[in-house]
Amino acid sequence: MEKFEKLTGIAAPMPLVNIDTDMIIPKQFLKTIKRTGLGVNLFDEMRYNPDGSENPDFVLNQPAYRQTEILVAGDNFGCGSSREHAPWAMKDFGIKAVISTSFADIFFNNCFQNGILPIVLPAEAVAVLMEDAKKGSNARMTVDLEAQTVTSSDGQSFHFEVDAFKKHCLLNGLDDIGLTLQKVPAIDSYEAQMAQARPWV
Amino acid sequence: MSAPKTLYDKIWDAHVVDTQPDGTCLLYIDRHLVHEVTSPQAFEGLRMSGRKVRAPEKTIAVPDHNVPTTAGRETHIDNEESRIQVEALDKNAKDFGINYYPVTDIRQGIVHIVGPEQGWTLPGMTVVCGDSHTATHGAFGALAHGIGTSEVEHVLATQTLIQKKSKNMKVEITGKLRPGVTAKDITLSIIGQTGTAGGTGYVIEYCGEAIRDLSMEGRMTVCNMAIEGGARAGLIAPDEKTFEYVKGRPHAPKGAAWEAALAWWKTLYTDEGAHFDKVVTIRGEDIAPVVTWGTSPEDVLPITATVPAAEDFTGGKVDAARRSLDYMGLKPGMKLTDIKIDAVFIGSCTNGRIEDLRAAAEILKGKHLAPGVRGMVVPGSGLVRLQAEEEGLDKIFKDAGFEWRLAGCSMCLGMNPDQLAPGERCAATSNRNFEGRMGRGGRTHLMSPVMAAAAAITGHLTDVRDIMAETV
Ligand code: SF4
Repeated sequence: MEKFEKLTGIAAPMPLVNIDTDMIIPKQFLKTIKRTGLGVNLFDEMRYNPDGSENPDFVLNQPAYRQTEILVAGDNFGCGSSREHAPWAMKDFGIKAVISTSFADIFFNNCFQNGILPIVLPAEAVAVLMEDAKKGSNARMTVDLEAQTVTSSDGQSFHFEVDAFKKHCLLNGLDDIGLTLQKVPAIDSYEAQMAQARPWV
Repeated sequence: MSAPKTLYDKIWDAHVVDTQPDGTCLLYIDRHLVHEVTSPQAFEGLRMSGRKVRAPEKTIAVPDHNVPTTAGRETHIDNEESRIQVEALDKNAKDFGINYYPVTDIRQGIVHIVGPEQGWTLPGMTVVCGDSHTATHGAFGALAHGIGTSEVEHVLATQTLIQKKSKNMKVEITGKLRPGVTAKDITLSIIGQTGTAGGTGYVIEYCGEAIRDLSMEGRMTVCNMAIEGGARAGLIAPDEKTFEYVKGRPHAPKGAAWEAALAWWKTLYTDEGAHFDKVVTIRGEDIAPVVTWGTSPEDVLPITATVPAAEDFTGGKVDAARRSLDYMGLKPGMKLTDIKIDAVFIGSCTNGRIEDLRAAAEILKGKHLAPGVRGMVVPGSGLVRLQAEEEGLDKIFKDAGFEWRLAGCSMCLGMNPDQLAPGERCAATSNRNFEGRMGRGGRTHLMSPVMAAAAAITGHLTDVRDIMAETV
């Protein structure tokens, strides 16, 4: 996995609440057996008209936001389906961080698996950053994972919390499976114990 | 004496393999369910790193999302991408030696219906699947939740998951339900009250007399939608009904193992005085038959209500409600019962079990779909379908003008040929009313099987109690 350290980039405002993973990547794109190539279909039904042309009103289609790397979103981002295709599509598009007041649980975990940092901030801070993101490509935000801060284009800085273990993995680009495989002896002994205690499992 | 524990605490503690100083745990997974949409990349990952499935005997796969629900699917799936996904699962199941119910097997069906039906899901287990509605299995007092594809690969390779413990939330439904009110109305009403993020960070234990009174099917319906309330999982303590349901199923323990299992299962309840971080109490008598009007499962109202206005809400929900009303083509102030429908879908992992079909058939007996409305019944598994046919339910549905389909996810998410056309409006027993979920531009109203049956008869959203009053 790629390391996430510090990011300065364009942030796009998406104030809608409850943006679900069906919106992030609609079901017809889940038929792939690969992890890549989904970026063109990110937010497909909001981003394109039924005839396939771009919807000029959608934020990521506007010239200032085509290189977006950070999303500032409404409450409860990523709710709904567990599809990891959602962070895969975001990553493929180039989005590396999302800021909201809250995230759905499975989506939140899926982000970390793909080197994307979901940042939870209080409503007041998200409101400030949302306004900042509305300034277009001149508004470049900075996310510093090591320091756990997001800084707006005019220098207002907000501290965020992140799970220490997840932070460590992201900073170092560590792969969960590799880490867990170092614990195989513990898994072996748990299984041996359970074969006695709950043999029906 | 140790401190009192919740049911969640007990199951969690019984599965911890390793704890890091910061509280991150390695949790052992007893059952891993797999379907064709969220698994190909995980198996590919195993192949690329030369890894095996650690516990193939605890891994169960079934194709459900992509499969057509019409005859002939055993030999051919028209949509090439769907076919490739199903074939990939066929191959992965074989190559890695996991339990498999292919589309040719009568036991095939929606993964969350097949697991309990075959006795793979048992009380006290940890159950995961690359699917958010894994919460369904919580009805057995199993800790069950959805995971992403990277985690699917992690479980395949290690039979564990890296987890931090969630907080405990209790949702108590007291007293009795009124006639015409079902498990679906309970679960929708909870989400209507707590919101789609109300359970975020929690595992919910559902309890109270109204929950106890539910059948296992009803309990599965309640837990199924825990995820729509934002919770990591939903749980119901196992009781005699649970044991009765499990007993004799193909993969349930037998003989001495059954006795040993039962002894442990009987310890799986929340101790007196255990701490919950959040408590919600709803009176069963206060729950009405409900429907959703918008594009979020929290957009729930009693069928007797009217469509709200965006201004009735606050904060970010104002814009979201405006967008929903526009998408759904609804005007504030109109009666919900004046909303005309084009289609009825009875099925899904929420309401595709035998009891759901019985309940819908009971309303539809001797009745017919309203003119211009199309109806589809999709049993949750091949065995549910068989049972329904034995009971003659298929005949009631067919006589009423419904299509009687083969098992699968079907219209619940239009990844297969069953979809709504743009602008079409559907009374659905599934769990998500998101924009485009059942087909681009399609409009979904979530409700119980009896409410969907009532709407089928009249052609508009209908209070099932009115239909029930007519029949008695
Ligand atoms: S029936 Fe619907 S919700 Fe259930 S597993 Fe299938 S697609 Fe998901």
